[in-house]
Amino acid sequence: MSEIRAKILIVEDEADIRRFVRMALESEGHEAFEADCLKRGLIEAGTRRPDLIVLDLGLPDGDGVDFIRDLRGWSNSPVVVLSARSGENDKIAALDAGADDYLVKPFGAGELMARVRAQLRRRAQQATPGEPMIRFDDICLDLSRRVVERNGEPLHLTPIEYRLLACVATQPNRVITHRQLLKLVWGPGHIEDTHYVRVHMANLRKKIERDASMPKHIVTESGIGYRFVL
Amino acid sequence: MDIERPNPDQLLSQVTAEEAKAKRGKLKIFFGASAGVGKTYAMLSEARQQLLQDVDIVIGVVETHGRIETEVMTDGMERIPLHETPYRDHALKEFDLDAALARKPAIILMDELAHSNVVGSRHPKRWQDVQELLDAGIDVYTTVNVQHLESLNDIINGITGIKVWETVPDRVFDEADEVVVVDFPPDELIERLRQGKVYLPEQAKLAAKNFFRKGNLLALRELSLRRTADRVDGEMQAYRRRTLMARVWPTRESLLACVAAGEHGEKIVRTCARLAAQLDVPWHAVHVEPSSPSGESERARQEILRVLKLAQDLGATTAVLPAPAVASALVRYAREHNLSRLVMGRPSRRRPWRRPLGDAIEAEVDDLDILRVSLAKSTPQKASEPVRPLARTPIRWNDYLAALAACGTTALLATPLLGVLELSNIVMLFLLAVVGVALRFGRGPAVAAAFVGVGLFDLFFVPPRFSFAVSDFQYLVTFAVMLVVALVVGQLTAGLKVQVEAVTERERRVTGLYEMSRDLSAALMAEQVAEIGSRFLATEFGFKSAILLADEKDRLRVMPGAACDVDMGVAQWSFDRGEAAGRSTDTLPASKCLVVPLKATMRLRGVLAIELEGIDLLRPEQRRLIDTCALLMAISFERIHYIEVAQRTIVQMESERLRNSLLSAISHDLRTPLASLVGVADTLQMTKPAPTSQQLELIQTMRNSAMRMNALVGNLLDMARLESGAVHLNQQWQPLEEVVGSALASGAAMLEGRPLKVDLAPDLPLLHLDAVLIERVLFNVLENACKFTPALSPIEIEGRADSQQVIVTISDHGPGLPPGREEAIFEKFERGSKESATPGVGLGLAICRAIMQAHGGTIHGATRATGGAQFILAFPRGEPPSDDGTAVENPEEPGHE
Repeated sequence: MSEIRAKILIVEDEADIRRFVRMALESEGHEAFEADCLKRGLIEAGTRRPDLIVLDLGLPDGDGVDFIRDLRGWSNSPVVVLSARSGENDKIAALDAGADDYLVKPFGAGELMARVRAQLRRRAQQATPGEPMIRFDDICLDLSRRVVERNGEPLHLTPIEYRLLACVATQPNRVITHRQLLKLVWGPGHIEDTHYVRVHMANLRKKIERDASMPKHIVTESGIGYRFVL
Repeated sequence: MDIERPNPDQLLSQVTAEEAKAKRGKLKIFFGASAGVGKTYAMLSEARQQLLQDVDIVIGVVETHGRIETEVMTDGMERIPLHETPYRDHALKEFDLDAALARKPAIILMDELAHSNVVGSRHPKRWQDVQELLDAGIDVYTTVNVQHLESLNDIINGITGIKVWETVPDRVFDEADEVVVVDFPPDELIERLRQGKVYLPEQAKLAAKNFFRKGNLLALRELSLRRTADRVDGEMQAYRRRTLMARVWPTRESLLACVAAGEHGEKIVRTCARLAAQLDVPWHAVHVEPSSPSGESERARQEILRVLKLAQDLGATTAVLPAPAVASALVRYAREHNLSRLVMGRPSRRRPWRRPLGDAIEAEVDDLDILRVSLAKSTPQKASEPVRPLARTPIRWNDYLAALAACGTTALLATPLLGVLELSNIVMLFLLAVVGVALRFGRGPAVAAAFVGVGLFDLFFVPPRFSFAVSDFQYLVTFAVMLVVALVVGQLTAGLKVQVEAVTERERRVTGLYEMSRDLSAALMAEQVAEIGSRFLATEFGFKSAILLADEKDRLRVMPGAACDVDMGVAQWSFDRGEAAGRSTDTLPASKCLVVPLKATMRLRGVLAIELEGIDLLRPEQRRLIDTCALLMAISFERIHYIEVAQRTIVQMESERLRNSLLSAISHDLRTPLASLVGVADTLQMTKPAPTSQQLELIQTMRNSAMRMNALVGNLLDMARLESGAVHLNQQWQPLEEVVGSALASGAAMLEGRPLKVDLAPDLPLLHLDAVLIERVLFNVLENACKFTPALSPIEIEGRADSQQVIVTISDHGPGLPPGREEAIFEKFERGSKESATPGVGLGLAICRAIMQAHGGTIHGATRATGGAQFILAFPRGEPPSDDGTAVENPEEPGHE
């Protein structure tokens, strides 16, 4: 599976965690660089031009969110954030600032590698503007015709549901916060009305998921948002 | 003490009062000095303003008295039809309260608040109708004339000579939410009257002539303005209490008590303290010490210091100023401390060779107020001096001797006048002597004087002199009358004296009690309270006393500083029954002490024991005073007890907080090594060459242990956060389905292979939840089910809504909950069965309960009839937002399709 060899930057202050992340990444053939603080991380990111960044949010010399904001000014490399379990607000802030995914400590190497692979694959796909068709299960989302079909039969979605689906399906494996969805679908005036997203997402799931109470494609990230899984 | 800090009770009562007020309608009074100033007009114009703003306003009663301009104002306003009561041959019209209540407008106009309703109405007075309207939450506008205020009625009667029968209690006026003064200059009012613009009832026309004189009108106007000013002052004080601004208000009119040597310093100090309390101002007490060495004796100095100490106790700032010139020293001190009023003693008699201090100060400056306290006749009450005994006063033979002497003297003085004066006038002299004796020595000596007087008169003045024989029969009548008159006058005079003494005594006691309660209110420790109480009893009665407080186990314990021995049996009896016992009561009267229980609001705090040596019965007023003293002390003990309780609670809370933050820190530090442990185990697994299956198994064990440890730390951390109250619920409206879905997803590994049945009713409303925490609740319950049921046994999740709440049940097919412990499993560190090999410390369900409680919901466990455990989660429904965003247009992206 390690078809993509990438340059990956690890920004983490705990040496033990840094070491095993590095070992895990290198075992898949990636090239890993380490930084133990935010300042060092920014320098490394600027000079090494990594394909992906693994970033710990709790750094001693600053807020990881600031790092992402800074980074997003000149790079769109995927960022996978590492955080403590209780820090929902930190995660949301990081995702809103432009992080792509997050992992809760303690996490397994397998978990980390799966996320890294997904992000690298997405990046590769974005590089080649392709197919306006997204297929999952027996569903086909045709972005150019703005139609959703199941087994060739048109599936009726409301305009809002269509927009929600289009938003999440075009960014597979990326965690999208409620806020980002609200802003995209309802506009910036409604970013606090999280129940809008939830109500319509529930309806959308009933239409596209086999079992809406155990969704396979539009996965809930509790308290944060959604992730689309192909 | 911090007087400006409102105590919790005050705040509570303020809150309740404000709540009650919010529900109650608002009363607005248009207040005028007399009829004709335009109150009704003002009320109607205000009403019209409100009407323009679409306020639901109706007229209950408006007396236009046929005035056109007023009549016009009522045009287009809704009226509540008057109720008609048939009375003899015609119908009496009156305001219809029930109709108004049924109509329930926002505001109702009720002219003439003082009006008396016709016979047969619900309330005799209109203001009572208004109270009912206000209680129903209706705002009322009304009008009142100053002469209708109850408290001013008499004054106004005195000024104008007109007695008004319809009055409004001042309470109604003072409790009104707003008072608008409708002021009208008297001259113009008289002019209006002359033009006939002021309505007057027929019968009042005559009286009106006198009433509407300029003098009267001016007086009434002043009264009304002043009354309103009083009200505003009251509002201001209430405002100050509310907003704690006491300190910000500038110091004004502060007092300076000038204590001089040899004068009645204590009285000056007490007077000054009283004044300062009334005016609510700070005060100082100083003594100027002449610098010449011969100035004061040591004894006088001690006395001065004692008085200054008293002043300090009473809240004064005290000082001794050494200075040659008393007046200028006082003036300087007053200036330095911004004190504008001096309080000093007025010597009982003027000595022409000494200029009084007050005059000296007046000569020096003229911008200081000087208050001179009368010192005549005031006998200083020394605190240390035991007051006369309470038993029957023994017969004082000296008084009787004095009475005899008085009669003798009268006889001696009258003898030379025998030729000059008529015998009847000599009788008068004897009567005078009796009155004198009665005044000076009281009842008994007066009776003696009456008899002796008659005897002496007979012996020395009635012929034949020097013999008790009487020549003229008529003198017997004289004797009889003289005796009777002497006895009666003597008795009356003596009675008067006793009354005066009693009143003075009572006054003194009340003052003593007042001072004690003041001291008590400042006491912060039980010992202080005991000391103040004992001091009061010693000062007032000369009693020795002891105080026994009850400890937690209701055992009585003598407070230190007890002045008398206590019979513990009597004390315990009194404490157990809550009744007084011992001497002077019906219970155990042979005891040496009287024991009075200290009964406070919540419970008995202890007992007060008073030694009554040689006194069998207390006078009722003494007993009352002792009871009052006991009550005051009990309340103070209770207050102190609660202060201690509050302090203990604060300490407890503080330590709890500390413990929780410590727990969080520990948990956090445990987690980081666990993270690397898991990571390292994973990496080990991936090493090349691949580990052997045995190695792999060891690596797996290591990883699983680390993960379990992590779960445990997570639980501890959660519990710590939940208990410390640091959890801030991030509640959002969301479908239950989503939370259930994410809980199932996060528990996917442990649920693998189990048949799951999720049945959520389609009509479930949105719930106001913190998704992360509720996911945790569901996860913990599922985890619990997985732990205690056989592998691969099914689990069912069901969601139903009723009118109040949404119920989620999670059922398994295991052994069920241990019987009788359905609630206990939610306790911290509780597990179904103690010796179970199943891992976990029993925090999971405790966390569930804490989270559910934070959401205003509940969680319960039960064993189903068919076997298997069932957890029932109930969420309050709340009021979900009705808008789901379907109709919202995104301004940035125009809708497509």
